[in-house]
Parts: sequence; structure tokens; C-alpha cells
Amino acid sequence: MTLNRRQFIGYLGAGAALSALPRLHLSAANPQVVVIGGGFGGATCAKYLRRYDNGVGITVIEPNTDYITCPGSNWVLGGLRTMDRITQRYAGFKTYDVKHIAARVERIDSALQSVDLDNGDTVKYDRLVVAPGIDFKWDSIEGYDAQAAEQIPHAYKAGPQTELLRKQLMDMPDGGTVILSVPGDPFRCPPGPYERASMIAYYLKSHKPKSKILILDAKEKFSKQGLFQAAWKELYPGMIDWVPGTQGGKVERIDVAKRTVFTQEGLTSHRGDVINLICPHHAGTLAQSAGLTDASGWCPIDQKSFESTLHPKVHVIGDACVAGAMPKSGHSANNQAKMCAAAIIALLREEEVPIPSHVNTCYSLLAPDYGISVAAVYHLKDGKIAAVEGSGGVSPADADAQFRKREALYAEGWYASITADSFN
Amino acid sequence: MHSRSSPFRLTVLLLICTSAGAQETGEILRGQILASTCFSCHGTDGKSAGSIPAIYGIPADSLRRTLQEFRDGRRPATVMDRHAKAYSDEEIASIAAYLSRIK
Ligand SMILES: Cc1cc2nc3c(=O)[nH]c(=O)nc-3n(C[C@H](O)[C@H](O)[C@H](O)COP(=O)(O)OP(=O)(O)OC[C@H]3O[C@@H](n4cnc5c(N)ncnc54)[C@H](O)[C@@H]3O)c2cc1C
Ligand code: HEC
Repeated sequence: MTLNRRQFIGYLGAGAALSALPRLHLSAANPQVVVIGGGFGGATCAKYLRRYDNGVGITVIEPNTDYITCPGSNWVLGGLRTMDRITQRYAGFKTYDVKHIAARVERIDSALQSVDLDNGDTVKYDRLVVAPGIDFKWDSIEGYDAQAAEQIPHAYKAGPQTELLRKQLMDMPDGGTVILSVPGDPFRCPPGPYERASMIAYYLKSHKPKSKILILDAKEKFSKQGLFQAAWKELYPGMIDWVPGTQGGKVERIDVAKRTVFTQEGLTSHRGDVINLICPHHAGTLAQSAGLTDASGWCPIDQKSFESTLHPKVHVIGDACVAGAMPKSGHSANNQAKMCAAAIIALLREEEVPIPSHVNTCYSLLAPDYGISVAAVYHLKDGKIAAVEGSGGVSPADADAQFRKREALYAEGWYASITADSFN
Repeated sequence: MHSRSSPFRLTVLLLICTSAGAQETGEILRGQILASTCFSCHGTDGKSAGSIPAIYGIPADSLRRTLQEFRDGRRPATVMDRHAKAYSDEEIASIAAYLSRIK
């Protein structure tokens, strides 16, 4: 496709003159890849499509002109970062010649290979990448919906929701109770709620030390549990209580006006001065309306190419898809995007899809100088994305303060590198 | 299959090769696929944007040894040991060869 190295060098001399030409419309001869969503999945995919091929036309359809990352949003709650420092500005689209249409996709027509936008336009594609992230299952907790979220934040999409939760924490009196309600699996960022509890505790410890945090969890265990609970004892003694699902942790109903949540068929209730209700979620609603989801609410895909098993020439990556053993994370989405980009270029060239390889690492900050991580490398095994045996795992339980401090430093390094790799 | 190139494309190509450091177009190599998974932490093309060390342009032999030492627990690490354990000698060699060529 496009040029080989010798041809390319031959053309170098013509560059200066050509760069003065106006932007031409891509001809039908260039295959067109359309990417829906400019999150960790979509933005990375667009960039790596270009890195793998100079000829393909690449369009990202994403309503926002900047992107506020969920990673780092817990650090905002702890007072370690401002919102500005978790806002990414899509500098990479220009560098990599990616066309950005600031609109929302309303409909996918996989028979006509086109998508309809909310501005009335229709865009054709040869291959489509769908990366819409998640949307909330509003009906899963009685009394909770988009309107209730204006008062009881989920803060599980970063932005105004993050600021609302931060403000409520700042307005809370010392001695208050913060309730954090956590859904069952699968949900985005498995260690996210517990990093959040740690960051809230960090803020409360220095500003409102008599306050408490109650985690009501639908599950029986959680990511990096041993490390989190040991650190809570050490850093925030007596401040954080965790209640698993079978002991009354599963929130079923909320009374927004009374700031009260109910568990165990109404037998138990808890009133919170601040409630953070992380509502259960499913693949972004567009994936649902386009018929890309199965009964689980998520998108089944071919584990090598990320092509939907339900609609041909449509690939799904990131939180919306079911990628074997990989958790739903920004790191996973970034990695899947690269493999999907390589697969799409190979498919357009009618070449063999490269064998994929994946990595995920979730860093969590428990205090500014206390970081932990869980890591895994994945390969394709019997047609499924599975962890490579003998690799990965969590930070050592017996590590010293210096080790935790280095991981806190690397958590920030991870943020800097992955956001640059995805958005710049 | 798609051998045409509009003038626009050429401009783009130049832009990318000079400013963005993209690799030349062509077959997607195994080393390139594997190395792309390192970039989430080490930065695109191994050019770190933060506190994690940069890993591009290091002689292949030296990179290979470093990765084997991480894998075999002979080099202190917070996380690289857990990653390196996933790769065979052949995979490490192809990653090292690819990363060593990035300028
Ligand atoms: C509190 C918190 C902390 C987290 N911390 C980490 C962490 O430390 N590390 C980590 O790896 N992950 C973390 N995550 C998880 C991470 O944020 C997600 O896994 C990641 O954002 C998924 O990427 P995505 O591209 O699939 O979806 P998203 O990032 O959600 O992007 C989806 C994009 O699609 C757009 N979109 C949706 N519908 C349409 C439509 N119809 N038309 C056009 N555009 C549309 C949206 O506007 C959005 O920009 C965290 C999450 C939370 C909530
Ligand atoms: C989760 C983030 C992460 C990923 C993914 C990752 N690394 Fe690393 N790497 C680190 C960190 C952090 C260090 C510093 C050593 C440590 O504490 O583990 C490091 C150190 C290194 C070093 C030593 C650099 C030096 O100057 O000392 C090399 C080489 C390296 N990594 C190569 C790789 C390669 C190759 C890959 C992909 C196969 C990779 N890394 C994937 C985080 C990562």
C-alpha cells in the first residue's frame, strides 16, 4: 500500500511545494476507516492506523473537542490534581492527519457501511471502529437515574461529575459519612473505587479527620484487596469500612431526598452526608442500538481482530467489548486499539492479521507517595485473550516505603506516557 | 491493492516521517506489534513523556540483556519483572531489534 522506501525518498524533494496545496478530499480509492469515540480506545486506534499506513483515510467522530480522563480523576478528589491536568486536547489528530468530526453518531447502518450523525450528515466507511465506552444501567438501582446523578454523583465518567463529588466532599462537615456504592463485575477499572476511597480518605484525614468512609460493595472480593486493606490500616486507621455483598453491601434502592441507600431488601439502610453511587453499566448505548451487544450488555468480538461477531467490518474496542481476560481499563483500551489498527490495515491489504499481544497495568495511588499496581500480559490462547502464565501479578505485599514511593512516581509517569501515546 | 497516492498523501507522509517519527509503511513486524505494548508506559516509540525511563535507540544486545535480567529476577524492578516474565527469548530479541532502530 502507498509507497515503498525508495519511492518515498524519491518524493522527498517535492515535499515543500506539495505542502502548500490545499487539503484535498480523499478519493474513493483510499480506503476509509471511521472511528466512533475519541477515548483511550478510539484516539489511540486512529493514531496507530496512521502509524501503520500512510494511505488510509481516518476519521474520528467524537462530540467533544477535549477529553477529560477518568484516570487521574480520583487524584482530583484527593486534591492532588486540578481538572485542567486531566484534560487532553487531541493534538495527535493534526500530527497524524486524522479528521475529527465533532458530532455524535446516532445510527450505524452496517449493510450500507455508513453512519448517521446528529448534525444530519452521513459518513461512509470501509471499516468501522466502535469505541463508545460505557453507559449506565439506570434501571438497576431503584430511585437512581440521570437526574438523580445531578445530586448523587457516580463520578464514573470524568468531568462535571468529578467536580460535583469534589465539591460535596469539600462542603461536608467534619465527622460526616461518605458512602461509596460499588457495582458487581464487570465494570470499568476494577481497582477504581478503592483508589477513590483511598484518595477521599487522604483528603479527609487532613481536612476532616473525624469523618468516615463506608464502602458498600456488591461483590465478595476486589482487585488488589490485600494491598488496599493493609495500606488503609497503615495510612487511614479506622476510617474506611468495607462491606461485601453477602453482608449487606449490595445497594438496591436509594432515597435521593433523604440521602439514604437501602440493602438486603430494605432491611438495612445507611444515610450518607455524601453518597457516591457507582451505578452498574453496559456498553455505550450506541453499541446497543446498533445491535453490537449480546445478552450480557457488552460486545462479543473476534479476539484476534476485534471484529464484531455480530456485524462484519465493524470492530469494537475498549470498555464496550469483551476482550477475554482483560479488565476494562484505559490501558487495555489503548492496547486493544493498537492491535485493532494493525488488524484493520492487514485486512484492507488482504494480508494475514498479525498475532496480537496485550498488556494491562492498573496503578493506584493510595497517598501521594504510596502507589501499588496490578499487571498482566495477554496472548491469544485457543482463540481467546488469556493471561500469559507465570507473568504479571500485584505489587509485593512486603515492599518497603521506598518501593511504594517509586510506584507512586511511576503511576504519574504512566499517566504522562499513556495520555501522550493516546492523544498526542 | 491500494497503490495510488494523491499529492495530499505525499505531504502527509512527509509530515509524519519528519515530525511524528512514524515507522516506514510496510509489513507490520512482530517486533513492532510487541513493542507497541511497551509504549503505554514508556511513551510512543519508547520516548517517555514522564518518569518511566525512555527505551529507544539502545543497542539491541544491551536491551536484550536488560530484559532477560528483569525476567530472571537479576535486576531490581517495581513492575518490569512482572512484565518481562511473559516473553520468550525470541520475542525479547525481536522487541530489542525493533526498539534499537528507533532514532
Ligand atoms: C474513576 C476512574 C479511574 C480510572 N482509572 C484508570 C486507571 O488508572 N488506569 C486505567 O487504565 N483505566 C482507568 N479507568 C478506566 C478508563 O477510564 C476506561 O477504561 C477507558 O476510558 C475506556 O476507554 P474507551 O475508549 O473504551 O471509552 P471512553 O474513554 O469512555 O471513551 C468513549 C468516547 O466515546 C464517545 N462517544 C460515546 N458515544 C458516542 C457516539 N454515539 N458518537 C460519538 N462519540 C461517542 C464519548 O464522548 C467518549 O469520549 C478509570 C475509570 C474511572 C471511572
Ligand atoms: C506498566 C508500565 C510498563 C510497561 C507496560 C513496560 N514497562 Fe519497561 N519499565 C517500566 C518501569 C516502571 C521501569 C523501571 C524499572 C521498574 O521499576 O520496574 C521500566 C524499565 C524498563 C527498562 C530499563 C530501562 C532503564 O534505563 O533502566 C527497559 C529496557 C524496559 N523497561 C523495557 C520495556 C519493554 C521492552 C516493554 C514492553 C515489552 C516494557 N518495558 C513494558 C514500566 C513499564
